Amino acid sequence: MKNKIINRRSFIKGGFGGTAATVLSLKSARAAGDFDHYPDSMGVIVDLNRCVGCRSCEAACNKEQGLPEPEKPFNDYSVFDAHESGGHGGAGRRTDETRYTVVNKYELPEIDHPLYRKSQCNHCLEPACLTSCFVNAYTKTPEGAVIYNADVCVGCRTCMIACPFYIPTFKYSSAFSPRIMKCIFCYDTRLKEGRPPACVEACPQEALTFGKRVDLLEIGRKRIRQNPGGYVNHIYGENEAGGTAWMYLSPVDFGEAGFDVHVPHEPVINFVRDFLSIVPMVLVIWPALFAGFHLLANRKEQNKHHHIDGGEE
Amino acid sequence: MLITKKRGIVWVVAMGVVLLCSAAGRALDQSDAPESVTIGLLEELYEPVEFDHAGHTEMAECSDCHHHTAGTVTQRWNCKKCHTNPLEGDTVSCADCHSPNRFDSQYLATLDNPELYHVEKPGLKGAYHLNCVGCHQEQGGPTGCEDCHAMTEAGEQRFNAGRYSPAP
Repeated sequence: MKNKIINRRSFIKGGFGGTAATVLSLKSARAAGDFDHYPDSMGVIVDLNRCVGCRSCEAACNKEQGLPEPEKPFNDYSVFDAHESGGHGGAGRRTDETRYTVVNKYELPEIDHPLYRKSQCNHCLEPACLTSCFVNAYTKTPEGAVIYNADVCVGCRTCMIACPFYIPTFKYSSAFSPRIMKCIFCYDTRLKEGRPPACVEACPQEALTFGKRVDLLEIGRKRIRQNPGGYVNHIYGENEAGGTAWMYLSPVDFGEAGFDVHVPHEPVINFVRDFLSIVPMVLVIWPALFAGFHLLANRKEQNKHHHIDGGEE
Repeated sequence: MLITKKRGIVWVVAMGVVLLCSAAGRALDQSDAPESVTIGLLEELYEPVEFDHAGHTEMAECSDCHHHTAGTVTQRWNCKKCHTNPLEGDTVSCADCHSPNRFDSQYLATLDNPELYHVEKPGLKGAYHLNCVGCHQEQGGPTGCEDCHAMTEAGEQRFNAGRYSPAP
């Protein structure tokens, strides 16, 4: 008997241990939203004042990543014209399965020359694509790149919905071996060896400055300070979506240059982590809880039947 | 990819011409300046640029491009704070100060030096283009890529241009 009690005690102890483990795992899920970032991660700051729209970055990216032949040569600047940009509410060309980066042109009344803006994956510090991916196809590397593993991808395309910058695109031409197409910061071929991405190396104007993200923020602030009339006092990507590795400087309000200025300053995981942290609890506790409710309810019913049966006898 | 050793050597040779000219007399003036400079930094994708140096000395001050290294006072207020007494130096060519490998890890490591003031010095390609294109935009000079650079075959491949244009 004593033995039995001890057994039951140790069982209960184990049960408490299990509960503690669950609570701890909840804590670690919480901590994920407060992830302190990789301190030496790299980034790029894009200076819209310097870009001349030469599309050298697009050409370099196309060759480096082995992407398909473009519809028009990369030195054909008619792609900037409005009728070429097509839909998307005049937002210009977008990244797709054939191009990881695009440059768009913005004619603005307040400046006497067109403004060009390169877009690509911004390589968030706490990427929404990574958060949303239930097979962990995405990885944020210590170097700063958000890379993707096609081997485990099931093609659910949740990352495309999660991304606040609408960057990941689906390779619809190979839907049966699902593949998301997006900029990977030239991780495999360059970044992990400490070299800049192909677009940065190709940029003649040094509109793209590659370096440690912390240093780039200083560079950005310095440029704004030394030319206050030439820049708006904001570095896009310093805080947007919780901070991004690719950041921007602009002479006009970012909204005018096609940026989404309503992107929250918190990482997307902060909006879902409370919910996500409940999921394991729901999966572990609810079946047992409801099975218990079911048994209790049934027991009452059964007792009732038993009682009635007994009464009849 | 863009910058190979071979092209680096070509570049050094090209700039050697400039240095020889400057070494002849310590005081630089217009007559010391080279007639033209061959710039082959991007020679994989583009034919080398024959820069008409003499022609440009008539349109711009030495300090517009050479800052404080050609013996003339720079007009930039921020530079004048330190470079008060400019002497013609041994560092006249662009490549003496502006690195062709601006974003290599070795170069980026030098930026960690807390004593370094010029943390934002453009690389060689950036220095050329920011200076040249900036002035050409202001002064109405040519600004199209191929106004200065004729594409090589490798350049046409890179840009899917010319013989490598996509089929219509």
